[in-house]
Amino acid sequence: MAATRPPAGWSDSDVERVIGNLLRVGLLIATAVVLFGGAIYLARHGHELPDYRIFRGEPAQLRSIAGIVEMAADWFGRGFIQLGLLVLLATPVARVAFSVFAFVEQRDPFYVGVTLVVLAVLLYSIVGGYFL
Amino acid sequence: MTILELSALVFAGSIVAGLLGALTGLGGGIVVIPMLTLLFHIDIRYAAGAALISVIATSSGAASSYVKEGYSNLRVGMVLEVATTIGAVLGAWLTGHVSTGAIAVVFGVVLLISAALSFRGHSDPTGDDPPDPLATRLRLDSDYPTPQGRVAYHVHGVPPAFGLMFLAGGLSGLLGIGSGAVKVLALDRAMRLPFKVSTTTSNFMIGVTAAASAGVYLNHGYIDPGLAMPVMLGVLIGALAGARILTRVQSQALRIVFAIAIAAMGAQMIWDGLHGGV
Repeated sequence: MAATRPPAGWSDSDVERVIGNLLRVGLLIATAVVLFGGAIYLARHGHELPDYRIFRGEPAQLRSIAGIVEMAADWFGRGFIQLGLLVLLATPVARVAFSVFAFVEQRDPFYVGVTLVVLAVLLYSIVGGYFL
Repeated sequence: MTILELSALVFAGSIVAGLLGALTGLGGGIVVIPMLTLLFHIDIRYAAGAALISVIATSSGAASSYVKEGYSNLRVGMVLEVATTIGAVLGAWLTGHVSTGAIAVVFGVVLLISAALSFRGHSDPTGDDPPDPLATRLRLDSDYPTPQGRVAYHVHGVPPAFGLMFLAGGLSGLLGIGSGAVKVLALDRAMRLPFKVSTTTSNFMIGVTAAASAGVYLNHGYIDPGLAMPVMLGVLIGALAGARILTRVQSQALRIVFAIAIAAMGAQMIWDGLHGGV
């Protein structure tokens, strides 16, 4: 119903189109980085024996954004895979961040607030998760 | 078995899981976790971490084709995401504080319920039902494209949907799944959204919810790159292929076979969880 929408330059379908492209590009980059890291990892470690039966948790470096970037910079395959996964993780976050912008454009302060709450929870999970 | 062999087998299995998840409408995550734990004896926390990654990939992959069609309701999605993301962070935090056996039992129960829910039909609202005061205040009512032009619909039941979404988020965080079945239940039944609107809005929410859990999982060390790689790629390929097949084949017999297979996996998860096998 057009009457329920505030007057603005950005329609919901414009927003959706940008979001669709955002997700596609994010997924493509993430997949490429994961494949690249996977190739390095399997070439170097493919002949070793896996051990996933007993949970040890990942080493500290693969748990934090800074550690992952560091490992990828040192050309570790697992660092690259994890970097690709971070890109993948960032795509829904980018989607929410873009929605904040879209609601600002639509001059809709209530939904700007709602979307900022969702964004804050996401960022808390990814960055503030260290303290949980 | 070497890492290379395991990766190849997990990749192949994940394609099948992604296919099955798409064809039953339950999502790849919920199928890939029992496969990893029951078949490959992988710790359920590593399995959940890898599955959650595949859930985000599938959601983004499906959304890029969904959003063009303009079915999803962004306001409904955003209001309910407040509930799913907070639920997801709490659920993910809970994984570090309960036994893996307990997680397996909850997982099994969710599998059984999901298998049962996958049988339910759906009916689109007519649009001449009275508007809901709270949904009107939140400006949630919208319209969606049909062959007969754009059809307006009213949104209902915001509080029960919000509650169900908190549960969906909690399960997503605790189990590493997308909780698509619970989300569609909230949107379909509680809010009475048209079917296409509820499935696309649910898909949009699944990615955001999974990202909220994945941050905590990453910090807890549940996301193993060596395992997440074949699972993410396999489930993504399977899910995209499954979505294509789904537009051509609609077999009730096939759905029954799959639902029984999923129910069997659920029973096995409960058994193993109770007997220390997970």
